[in-house]
Amino acid sequence: MKKQRLIIRTVILLLLGAAVAYTLYANFTKDEVQKVEVGKKAPDFVLTDLNGEKHQLSDYEGEGVLLNFWATWCKPCEKEMPFLNSQYQAYKDQGVHVIAVNVGESQVAVSDFSKRYDLQFPIVLDKDTQVMTAYGVDPLPITFLIDKQGNVVEIHKGQIIAEADVTEMMEKIKP
Amino acid sequence: MITLSENLLYIAFVLYLLSIPFFGGAIKQKKNLGHQQNSSKSANIGIVISILGFAAQLGFFFTRWSIAGHAPVSNLFEFTTFFGMCLVGAFIIIYFIYKTPLLGLFTMPIALLVIAFASMFPTDISPLIPALQSDWLHIHVTTVALGEAILAVSFGAALIYLVKVIDQTKNSKSTTWLEVVMYGLIATLGFVIVVSAFSFADYKAEFNWIDKNDNEAKVEYHLPAIVGPNQGELLTAERMEPLVSVPGIINAKKLNTVIWSFGAGLILYAILRLILRKRIGAALKPLTKNINLDLVDEISYRSVLIGFPVFTLGGLVFAMIWAQIAWTRFWGWDPKEVWALITWLFYAAFLHLRLSKGWHGEKSAWLAVIGFIIIMFNLVAVNLVIAGLHSYAGS
Amino acid sequence: MNQVKCECGHVNPHGTILCEACGKIIEDGTQITAEAVIDMRYEGSARRSQTYNKSMIDKIWNFFSSVKVGVWLIIVTLIASSLGTILPQEMYIPNIMPVAEYYEDQYGWFGRLYYDLGFHNLYSSWWYLLLVASIGVSLVICSLDRVIPLYRALNKQRVIRHESFLQRQRMFGTTSGSVNEKSYELAIQQLKKKRYHIREDNGNILAEKGRFSRWGPYVNHVGLIIFLIGSMLRFVPGMYIDEVLWVREGETKVIPETDGQYYLKNVDFKLEVYDKEKDNEAFGDALDKTGMVAKNYQSDVILYKTKGNTVAGEEPELEEVDSSSIRVNEPLKFEKFALYQVNYKLDELSKMSFLLTNKSTSETFGDITVNLYDPEKVYELGNGYSVQLMSYFPDFEFGDDGNPTTKSKVPNNPAFVFKMFSPEKPEGEVSFVAIQQTIEPLGDNEYKMAFNGIETKDVTGLTVRKDLTLWIIGLGGLIFMIGVVQGAYWNHRRIWIQRKGDEVWVAAHTNKNWFGLKKEIQLVLAGTEINEPSDQLKDNQVDEGETD
Repeated sequence: MKKQRLIIRTVILLLLGAAVAYTLYANFTKDEVQKVEVGKKAPDFVLTDLNGEKHQLSDYEGEGVLLNFWATWCKPCEKEMPFLNSQYQAYKDQGVHVIAVNVGESQVAVSDFSKRYDLQFPIVLDKDTQVMTAYGVDPLPITFLIDKQGNVVEIHKGQIIAEADVTEMMEKIKP
Repeated sequence: MITLSENLLYIAFVLYLLSIPFFGGAIKQKKNLGHQQNSSKSANIGIVISILGFAAQLGFFFTRWSIAGHAPVSNLFEFTTFFGMCLVGAFIIIYFIYKTPLLGLFTMPIALLVIAFASMFPTDISPLIPALQSDWLHIHVTTVALGEAILAVSFGAALIYLVKVIDQTKNSKSTTWLEVVMYGLIATLGFVIVVSAFSFADYKAEFNWIDKNDNEAKVEYHLPAIVGPNQGELLTAERMEPLVSVPGIINAKKLNTVIWSFGAGLILYAILRLILRKRIGAALKPLTKNINLDLVDEISYRSVLIGFPVFTLGGLVFAMIWAQIAWTRFWGWDPKEVWALITWLFYAAFLHLRLSKGWHGEKSAWLAVIGFIIIMFNLVAVNLVIAGLHSYAGS
Repeated sequence: MNQVKCECGHVNPHGTILCEACGKIIEDGTQITAEAVIDMRYEGSARRSQTYNKSMIDKIWNFFSSVKVGVWLIIVTLIASSLGTILPQEMYIPNIMPVAEYYEDQYGWFGRLYYDLGFHNLYSSWWYLLLVASIGVSLVICSLDRVIPLYRALNKQRVIRHESFLQRQRMFGTTSGSVNEKSYELAIQQLKKKRYHIREDNGNILAEKGRFSRWGPYVNHVGLIIFLIGSMLRFVPGMYIDEVLWVREGETKVIPETDGQYYLKNVDFKLEVYDKEKDNEAFGDALDKTGMVAKNYQSDVILYKTKGNTVAGEEPELEEVDSSSIRVNEPLKFEKFALYQVNYKLDELSKMSFLLTNKSTSETFGDITVNLYDPEKVYELGNGYSVQLMSYFPDFEFGDDGNPTTKSKVPNNPAFVFKMFSPEKPEGEVSFVAIQQTIEPLGDNEYKMAFNGIETKDVTGLTVRKDLTLWIIGLGGLIFMIGVVQGAYWNHRRIWIQRKGDEVWVAAHTNKNWFGLKKEIQLVLAGTEINEPSDQLKDNQVDEGETD
């Protein structure tokens, strides 16, 4: 009888404690919840680049993709562009691609910017922010590393500080 | 039509005022005659006058409703007068259950104060902003006012209890706090008198001042400035220069009004003490001589029991339903919402203390007083000081 | 030691104060009041928490089982909540500078302190959540600990009660001498008329009504617990969605969190204000004082659903589902989603027109209209005239390096670098054109782009909401209200009429509203030979103020 009571009390307290612990944990991590998670399949998309060529993510399966979301007005994006550009050239023959998704800007503004920095990798235009919404991007810049199976390996939020970081990223998704 | 409506409110106010001496008379009579059956004549007149006043205010309410096209509960003036009306209504109902004229002697003045206080704010019929255009305005606001009014009756009964039970032959914490409560009521009267007097004299003083963002701004005072705005410069001729000025983050005009109210309250209180030559509580005590303590305790407690569910329904449940429709979320930690939660938590604690800890009588009465203070704080301070989504166009 | 046997034969759990069956005071070391009236809270049943205090689990249990602790938790939560209203919470401050700076800038050192203490986000701080959670735990344990013994005590009560139980009820009275049977029958009749449930045992009567009101507190606690569970579920991913959707007039956009399934087109956004002339004239004075007052915010929208599976970025095939107006207080609902009107931006620039003009003759050679969201690269004007858009800055400013740059993608302050081609200048002239500003970086031009008007569009700001917890929250609220009303508006009343020797004893109990009980007893015993019981708490007082 006494033992039974102890068990009942323990179970109830544990249940309550677990609920409280979960709530606290979830409250703390709520800002970090991403729509696209590491280890999961990256959502597929089709976008057209500045040259009118279509790029579909699933076509890149078997190769690594560094997917960068950016905009011309975003200063940190601007700073990381040269790193991406030079590493793109270093890795493009090793099966790693860079796709830079411009969020919601016009062709004129983007191509002008692209010319200024002599960007070699394909820049696709997400005019009505469909892909940005699908990836839950906010704020810019954000970089997704996608491996040859099409799974997200890493999510880098904010500016990439050094070129070496890009090298490291490329190595991670090299097929 | 607008004039008719406003006149009905004046009539109601006068009738409420008139009812008070009759409730007082009922108590005097009872002392002489010993039993209530005989004393009810004066009390009957009192309650009839109250009911007539209530009817007049209902007339004000519905005529104004028809003029505006929406229930007149959309700004501070309208809500507060409605709250006063509910208080009278709640008193009338409780009177018919318990037949205690003394309760009228305490609640009617409170209702009068509430209505007078309301009239100090802009009385224009204002159009509804989109967020308020909903039937929930009527449902939510009227239920809240009713709930709060019933809880306010509990304050009236608690006040009677305290006046009767507190020993006035010696100075104690209880006598002091009771005087503080009395002073609070008198300060409200002070506010009404000061604002009415200067408004009657059409007092206006304009200042140039520098706000907290270092922008120049203009402000018009309707009371002589004891406290002036940050780097204020008096523009109107022949007006009092401020005695002190405050930094830009403080609203000097409101602070000035508060100082005037408390100052006027203090003077009124001092005059009363000089005339009475004893504490206000002590002066009121003889009125409560014949009242049964258990009865007022029960009235106070039952008012809480009746008012608490009504308040919960209006102030939390209906509030949440409407907030979900108008503001996309049922709860958003807006100051008014938080204070409704605080009120609710407080009365929940009150009920637990009473039911489980046996806090009856004096302790329970003090709790009812604190509850009323919280309600008033939510009505007055949260609207005027802590502006949030709910802030009405008060001045 | 677990159980206590009363002299009436009933076996009570350890810790019982009043026998569950007959109400006799059980003396086993528990404190017995020497007062005339016994404490009837929880029927004197054994509150389990009070009885064991052994292991750690028991200690935690007993802590939360205490009403005193519960009340303290409420009071602390109440005070904590009030602290969060001193200054506006972070979610209500304008997004113009870093939060810490804002508080210091607006409220000085106090604002700084407020921020440092974390009060700017008080209601989602760990300690506030912990407080609310503790109230939840206390609710569960307090209720469990009390409702079961109370149920036992009320269920096991016998008609015949022990003398000491009856004598020490607040309402108690005796009638000596014989009482005729008619009086009994009349009393029973009148009790029945008052809807009492009557049990008889050997000529003794227990009349009871409104017992279910005793469960009110527990019902409302259940409601609160459900409510809290609902609030907790909000943190489970997918249960709650709060997104913002800005759509320009004429634009069709994917609705976030719908997996690309739904699109919304903003056909038209309207902002209406009250008009003194047209609207209710009673508003005149108020409008004179406050100026403009908004009357309506409205987005006329079309809701589309995609047909088939489209990949994000692809032009989707859309099917109209609904066409309606979203207003404040009138959200558009579809599936589990609701779209609310919450924000707007009027007159955002959408198109800008220019005339290619000869500066000296003012002769014009055709006009171009630049779509500011998606400008063309080249504008052909014929006869050898054309304009090329070299650079475009929708939200222009000069950067740190002195070069033009854009602050955002929104055309708040568009600037252009045009290259103007004409038969005289086939190699083109470059002109930098911004609002109220023209720079000719490569020397004096012959031609200019003369400003020739704008077009604007309104933008509507909607909230996309999905909240799967609403029904749980609503259910919790409903059960709470039922419980509160049940407990507050009904009373549990019992009247015992029992023969003890030559006498007839009457005792009565109610959980509240003694005044009402007394009136009822008067009615019930009217016309009988049984004396009314008196209020033992009031014997010492002069019975004045309160007669009918």
